[in-house]
Amino acid sequence: VSAFIMPSLGADMEAGTLVEWLKRPGDRVKRGDVVAVVDTQKGAIEIEIFEAGVLDRILVQPGEKVPVGTPMATLRSDGAAQEPEPEPPQPPPEAPPAPERPPPEAPPEVPPRITPPPVEIPEPEAGLRVRISPAARRRAAALGLDLAGLRGTGPEGALTLADIEAAAAARVSAPPSGRVPRVGFDPAEMRRAIAAAMARSKREIPHYYLTETVDLRRALAWLDAANRDRPPTERLLPAVLFLKAAALALRKVPELNGFWEKDGFLPGAGVHVGWAISLRGGGLVAPAIHDTDQKALAELMAALRDLVQRARTGGLRSSELTDPTITVTSLGEHGAETVIGIIYPPQVAIIGFGRIVERPWAVDGALAIRPVATLSLAADHRASDGHRGGLLLAEIERLLQEPEAL
Amino acid sequence: MTKAAPVKMTYREACKQAIREAILADPRVFLMGEDVARYGGCYAVTKGLAEELGEDRIRDTPLSESAFVGAGIGAAIAGMRPIVEVMTCNFSLLALDQIVNNAATIPHMSGGQFAVPLVIRMATGAGRQLAAQHSHSLEGWYAHIPGIKVLAPATVEDARYMLQAALADPNPVLIFEHIMLYNMEGELDPRIEAVDISSAKVRRAGKDVTLVTYGGSLFKTLDAAAALAAEGIEAEVIDLRSLRPLDMATVVASVAETRRVVVVDEGWKSGSISAEVAMRLVEDAFFELDAPIRRVCSAEVPMPYAAHLEQAALPQPATIAAAARSLVAPA
Repeated sequence: VSAFIMPSLGADMEAGTLVEWLKRPGDRVKRGDVVAVVDTQKGAIEIEIFEAGVLDRILVQPGEKVPVGTPMATLRSDGAAQEPEPEPPQPPPEAPPAPERPPPEAPPEVPPRITPPPVEIPEPEAGLRVRISPAARRRAAALGLDLAGLRGTGPEGALTLADIEAAAAARVSAPPSGRVPRVGFDPAEMRRAIAAAMARSKREIPHYYLTETVDLRRALAWLDAANRDRPPTERLLPAVLFLKAAALALRKVPELNGFWEKDGFLPGAGVHVGWAISLRGGGLVAPAIHDTDQKALAELMAALRDLVQRARTGGLRSSELTDPTITVTSLGEHGAETVIGIIYPPQVAIIGFGRIVERPWAVDGALAIRPVATLSLAADHRASDGHRGGLLLAEIERLLQEPEAL
Repeated sequence: MTKAAPVKMTYREACKQAIREAILADPRVFLMGEDVARYGGCYAVTKGLAEELGEDRIRDTPLSESAFVGAGIGAAIAGMRPIVEVMTCNFSLLALDQIVNNAATIPHMSGGQFAVPLVIRMATGAGRQLAAQHSHSLEGWYAHIPGIKVLAPATVEDARYMLQAALADPNPVLIFEHIMLYNMEGELDPRIEAVDISSAKVRRAGKDVTLVTYGGSLFKTLDAAAALAAEGIEAEVIDLRSLRPLDMATVVASVAETRRVVVVDEGWKSGSISAEVAMRLVEDAFFELDAPIRRVCSAEVPMPYAAHLEQAALPQPATIAAAARSLVAPA
């Protein structure tokens, strides 16, 4: 039996509110399935599971806010016997809320369950250990109360005597039903999340910055030709060229693609570019486009449109928030000419593309007017040096000169 | 018993009256120490006593803690009932060999042939900008030593009557008087003429959290309890009074009700009396606890001279209340 825990969806996340379960106890799940929706500072996020098995017991109910790392459900491996103590069946979602006290004609209250002493006490698994005060533990044992799923209100979130008494009192009443409506993000909450992450970044990360102005004549000419035969909904934007070029270049400079952890640099398992999306009403997110370097341009364009749509309506998936190995921000046609980014920890770099502008450009000893964009890199000097950062920018520039190969 | 009005006096006056009464009551009792006679004591506790009682009974000594504490031990063994005043507990370290190796051990090493009925009074604590060599709270160290008793009178009543009980005790007894208490005024109940030196006392009753303290921190802790009461948190305040022996029964009984405890001690945390109280609770009352034990102690630095730094280094009502609040109503 393993635990499905409240994931950390970024360095700044401390807790999340469960909005709804998309799977029910007994459902078979496989790696990548979305099993729950959790409301975070970044809005409602669909949470994926990373293990195959059968969802066993639900430990957190809709509406509950729990810290990162809290077990939300248990998962048993395929074929394993069900836990001896199943959760009472959940009422269907459309059922009215259970009354606080059973109506008079209700059957007599169920006597307290006494858990039979197990023959063998298994070692508690790491992360599953319940934080409970000594007095509460003794009281729970006396009541025969199962601690799973109880939420502590004491110091450091520990279960206290009061929590145990409340759980014992609530044991006979039906579990809470109903669900919290799925909502978009709260701009104030998101502001706080950005403030925390960016302040941490500037406090901890020794940034270095490089910029390079890139001639985009060839790239834009190629794009024009490629878009000629496409319906408007499928047209490629310059951003997709930037994205692909950045992803391919990162393969050559892997020390900019990954994370700075306690023990030093941890390279990313793939190139999962986090694409910075600014949200209406303020705030931004940078969810991952998985394996950016391996996707065709059309595929990336579709992924970008989908991502922007979901970021604005609250449908991002947990892996999209946890997996980015680097961030790319492209300001687009209404943006500024240059952007010097702040790294999103624990990533080690952020690449920026400014607005495309026409500028005088020296070509073969003469002046010409060329569309150019300023490409920038802000990188963590603990993980890489400016020389390697410069190589990345040079490689992106080279790739943008051969757009047909992207 | 007749009903008499309570008597108001300062802690300093209570200490003085206790000494005066003991000397008048028993010809074996005398007091000696640095500047106690002609100067009247560096905290003015013995002011005027030499004129009244004579310099045989209130004796100035040379500036040698080892010598006059040793002389006190000898006098006690020889049948006197000496009260030795050490100006501050910081200076008592010069007499550590006499106190720890002689006073505490001789009754035991002599198989009970020699008693050492010695009382040593010392000033302790910070708060008057006397800097790191005059401001530390070392009573916790002495509480480590078997063979001596360690008292910390916090109230005027204890200042008035603990000396009498200490002199009656056949063991060496150390009395720590906090310097910030000398000017504090309190009421004496005329019906009380003696106190014990073995029990802790509940100074304020409450059901939500137990605050364990002693000496100079008692009134800060009571202030914290008053502030907590305004928030609806009822704190019980226990004054340990004696640091050796420790009356853990009173503390455990309180914690069994409140299930939460904060230990407040002006000493440092490391290797301290607060650590001892907390550990004994873990040993004896673990399953009564509904929250981690918290401590509010002095910052782990030599006591600063600058007033704002000194205050920042010491337990304060606000820090005590915050520790209690974190257990009762965690954010």
